[in-house]
Formats: sequence, structure tokens, C-alpha cells
Amino acid sequence: MALISADNRGLRLATRYAVLGLIAVIFIFPLIFMVMSSLKPDQQLLEDSGNLRAFLPVGDISLNNYTAAFQRAPVATFVFNSVLVTGVTVLLSLLICSAAGFAFVFVNWKGRGVLLSILLATLILPFETIAIPMLLMVAHLPWIGTEGITWGWLNSYHVQIIPFVADGLTVFLFVQYFKDLPGELIEAARVEGASWGQIYRRIVMPLSGPILATAAILKFLVMYNQYLWPLMVVQEEGYRPVMVGLQYFFQLNVAWGEVMAYLSLITVPVLAFYLYLQKAFIASIASTGVKG
Amino acid sequence: MATKFTVSNRTGWLMAGPAVLLIAGFVILPFFLAVAFSFTNQRLISPNPTEFVGLENYRQLLGVTTLTLEPVRDDAGAVVMKDGAPEYPSIRSLTRNNPDRPDLAGMREWFSFSSGGDSKTYVLARDVVFMKAIVNTFLFVLVVAPVQAGLALGLALLINQRLRGINVFRAIYFMPVVVSIVVVSLLWRLIYDGQSGLLNNLLGTLSFGLIPPVEWLGNPSTALGSIIAMSIWQAVGFHMVIWLSGLQTISPTLYEAAAIEGASKWQVFRFITWPGLRNTAVLILIVITMQAFGLFAQIDVMTNGGPLDSTQTIVFQAIERGYGKQDISGGSAISVILFVIVLSISLIQRWLTREKS
Repeated sequence: MALISADNRGLRLATRYAVLGLIAVIFIFPLIFMVMSSLKPDQQLLEDSGNLRAFLPVGDISLNNYTAAFQRAPVATFVFNSVLVTGVTVLLSLLICSAAGFAFVFVNWKGRGVLLSILLATLILPFETIAIPMLLMVAHLPWIGTEGITWGWLNSYHVQIIPFVADGLTVFLFVQYFKDLPGELIEAARVEGASWGQIYRRIVMPLSGPILATAAILKFLVMYNQYLWPLMVVQEEGYRPVMVGLQYFFQLNVAWGEVMAYLSLITVPVLAFYLYLQKAFIASIASTGVKG
Repeated sequence: MATKFTVSNRTGWLMAGPAVLLIAGFVILPFFLAVAFSFTNQRLISPNPTEFVGLENYRQLLGVTTLTLEPVRDDAGAVVMKDGAPEYPSIRSLTRNNPDRPDLAGMREWFSFSSGGDSKTYVLARDVVFMKAIVNTFLFVLVVAPVQAGLALGLALLINQRLRGINVFRAIYFMPVVVSIVVVSLLWRLIYDGQSGLLNNLLGTLSFGLIPPVEWLGNPSTALGSIIAMSIWQAVGFHMVIWLSGLQTISPTLYEAAAIEGASKWQVFRFITWPGLRNTAVLILIVITMQAFGLFAQIDVMTNGGPLDSTQTIVFQAIERGYGKQDISGGSAISVILFVIVLSISLIQRWLTREKS
């Protein structure tokens, strides 16, 4: 009898893993297909998609598609632009939103209650509903640069950065996190005569590792994957980010090998980064769900 | 902490100021501009001054009317038949330069149905494409919200078991969330391809060639469904993680008590897990609904609204007008309509799921 029940348990366990594995295949097959296809010539790529070879690095394998992609479009420029815009936005966002969260939680000032509720109310405004008027707005805003005052922000880095530096969700995440820190600590520091700047830098920031990681990851995902906004405000090749750069590969006769090479190029580093920091990524998404 | 040591108006404004100003300038102001522009004829670049046009933009977008027509009869009073069906007066003769019906000028047929006897009712819209966009968007939301929330809960329950290596599976299920929807859309264009697409090949092999290849994105009856399936595939991991964090807030002692009482798996779910997930469920439903109403990138990359407008959506229309045709006022009016829809639905969802005390 004992033998049978042990067998049963083994079978149940095997079934569990089989179900989990099958679902895993559903989520991962397009990504494997993407990477494998990027290594194959178009002809073979299309033939292979009829069988399991689509997911294997077999046949005429080379990096030719990657070279061709670099020839078709200024890929390096797109990657540089995306990295620059994403990096600067993430850094500014961490600084400005954490300062705001700090002010809302630890400092007593007139108007903070009202302002905080207004900021929270902006969470129900989907970006899509403000994109069109914002397009007109940024087309007329002044900018002070090396050429003095110029009008219109179109075709620049700052048009891709400044509108996304502060947002209600990031401020809210900092507020939630700071509320759980021991407030007595801050009050004691004030009594001891510490300045607000010192408290922010020496006490609060060193305790904020997890929330800084969360806010950075969420902002990174939004910024690196930007599509609609740069599509509208950047026509000059020199300022285009990676997702808009995809349009160079949409031509009438799609060269699928090159498309897959470009997709792999802009996706695989992000996936590697994600797998490396998997716990932090998942925790950051989970933290958006703790409100309400 | 309202002691004199923490009071400082200057510090408060100094530190919160930058974020408040940026959000006011790039979220709140554009929203009010959208409302304002929607009552004008504002264009991105125009030689003419902007004029106030009242509700004209909304009338153009939302104008709908019905028209019941009797079939055409010949001199003897018999119904004229054409191709085996009664013939009706042409809609065009009523909507184009017809001095008797100025109210119908510029309208087009949206759909029609027979309304008893020989008469037929036509539903006319000023902007048929926008009407289709509204219907498609609602279809998308109505399918995606429950299916994605349900699947995500299933995955979360599956992942929430103690099993060696479970973290690997969690990492894989979450993977598509990290990938841009633009990349995903382009990738799935090849998977859905009519000739050499993976999906057709898979279905063909599994059915031993019985299922003929389908042009998934090129067929009005399958295009929206294909986009729905792909969108769920991409985003379900996101909500799985939120469910998972909800599951982990439920006290283990409740499960221990249930085990002692000998509760069945279903009873445990029904009386412990589900009530514990109440707030998470409300949040997930609202978040998915808001995200789903923003449907744009998939359409832009995969179908451009076609075939036959079967994948037009509200946001795609807003962008096509506001950016494509540089009609800021039209695009703004669509944005305001979208906002009103999203707001009303999340209010309704909140009301329906309110705590009953």
C-alpha cells in the first residue's frame, strides 16, 4: 500500500510540473522564436516556422541579420537616445518624487493635504487622454539652450524627458513607503538641530533602498518602452528612441530576419537585466497593488 | 507629528514644489486644455485664428439617429424587389443635399435591421468609424478585463504553492510584461501570419491538416480577437503578481484552521482566499479596465485599424485625428469622451464592489 501511495504522490508531483511547464512554454515560445529567427536567413526562417526547428539554432546560422539591421537604420543612435532619455528621466524622477514624498510625509506645511489629494486624483488620468493637447502645448513652449531662447520643444531630448519626470504614482509610492518609517526618528533629529536637507540625505535616503529600486524599475519600464509620445514629438532621426526606430523595418516587404535581429537587440538586454534583478522587478509591480 | 519642530512651510513647498509644478504642467494643464480645445476648432498649425464652436466637435463625433424607411413601391403599390429582397430608397438621397432633411446632412449608414413588416430601420451616424471604434474598444475591455483578471488569478494560485523551483516558473510567466508591447506586437504579426505563421502551422499539425490556414489579422472576424489574445498574453503576468501579493496578505492561520476543520479545496478558496482578495480584486479590475481602454500600440503596429475598421479603437482615432490629421480639437474631444467613459466605469465598478455594511 505504502508503495502505491508513494507512486501516487510522485505522479501528482509530475502532473503539477507538467502543467507549470506547459504554461511556461506558452509564455516563452515567442521570445525563443524571436532570438532563433534573428540568426537565420529569411528563406529558412519562414520554412522553419512550420516545425520545431523554429525554436532551435539550426541550419544556416549567422549574425548577418544584425549587420544588415545596422546598415538599414542608425541602430546605435536609437539605442543611445533611449538609454540617455531613460537614464536621465529615472534619475530626475527619483530625486524629485522622493523629495515630494518626503515633504508630504515628514514636513508640516500649509496646503500639503489638498495638494496630495490633487496629485492622487491625477492617477485616474490615462496618458492617452492628455497626449493630444500636450502635443500642441510642447510645440509652443520656450526653451533656453545654447542658441538662446527658442520656441517649440519638438525634436529634442527634453521633450521626451521633462513631461515624465514627476507622476502621481511615483510620488504616491514614496509617500506610502515613508509613512512606514519611524517618524520619531525624524522628529528627534529635528530636535537635535539637524537641517531638513541633512535628514533627507543622511537618514531617509539610506533607509529607502527598496522604494528607490521599485520606483526606478517602474520608471525604467515606462521610459524604455515609450512609443506613442516620441512617435508624435520626434521626427528627426537623431533624437528617435528604439521603439520608434522599429518603423525603419516596417517596409512593404518586411525583412523578417532583420526585424527579429533588431527586436532581439533591443529586448534581450532588458530581459537579461530583468532575470538578474528578478525579485526586485516583481516586487516593484506588486507594490503598485498595495493601494486602496 | 504636528510638533513645532516639523512645521516648515518653506521646506514643504521647496521639496514638493518641483513635483507639484511638473504634474500641474504636464498632467493637469493638458487635461484642462483637452476640455478647452474640444469646444474650439484648434488645429496644430493653422493660418486662421482659433474659434469657439460650442458642442460642434461632440455633435460630429457622437451624432446618431435612426431612420425607418418603407420599401419602394411601384405604381400598382407592390414592393419593388431587387436581388430577391425589397428595395429601399437610397440613404444617400436623404443625406446629401436633401432640402427636406437638413438634419441628416453628412450622415452615413452604420447598420440596419428590419423593423417589422416591410419597413427597415437604419441607424445613421455622423462618424461611423468613431462609432465602430467605441464598439471595438468596449468589446476589447469587456473580454480582456474578466478573462485577464481570471487567468491572472489562476496563475497566481498555481504559483503560490510550495514547490521546488517555483520561482523559475514565476519568472517565466512574468517575462512578457518586461517586453515592450510594440516588440510583442511585431513579433506576433509573424506568428499570426496567414501563410507561414507559427499559429497556422501549429493548428495545421495538431489537426492533421483539417484546420485551414487563417489570415488572422487580415480577416475582420478574427483581427480583434487575435489582438485580444496577444494583449492578454503580454499583460497577464503583471496582474498575476498583484494577485500574488494579495494572496500573501492572507493569514496562514486561517488556512491551518481550515485544514483542521477538514475543509475541501473549493471551500478554502470560497470562504478564505476569495474574501481575503476582495480589495485586490477591485483594484485589479479597475487597473485592467483603465489599461484596456488605452489600446493603441497593438493597433498601430499590427492592423492600423483595419481590416474594414474592425480594429479601430478610441485612442487610435484620437491619435489619428489629433496627430495624423493635426486636428487638435477633434482629437481632444475624443480624449475627453474617453476620460468620461473611464471615469464613469471606474466609479460604477467602485460602487458595485463597495463594502456592504
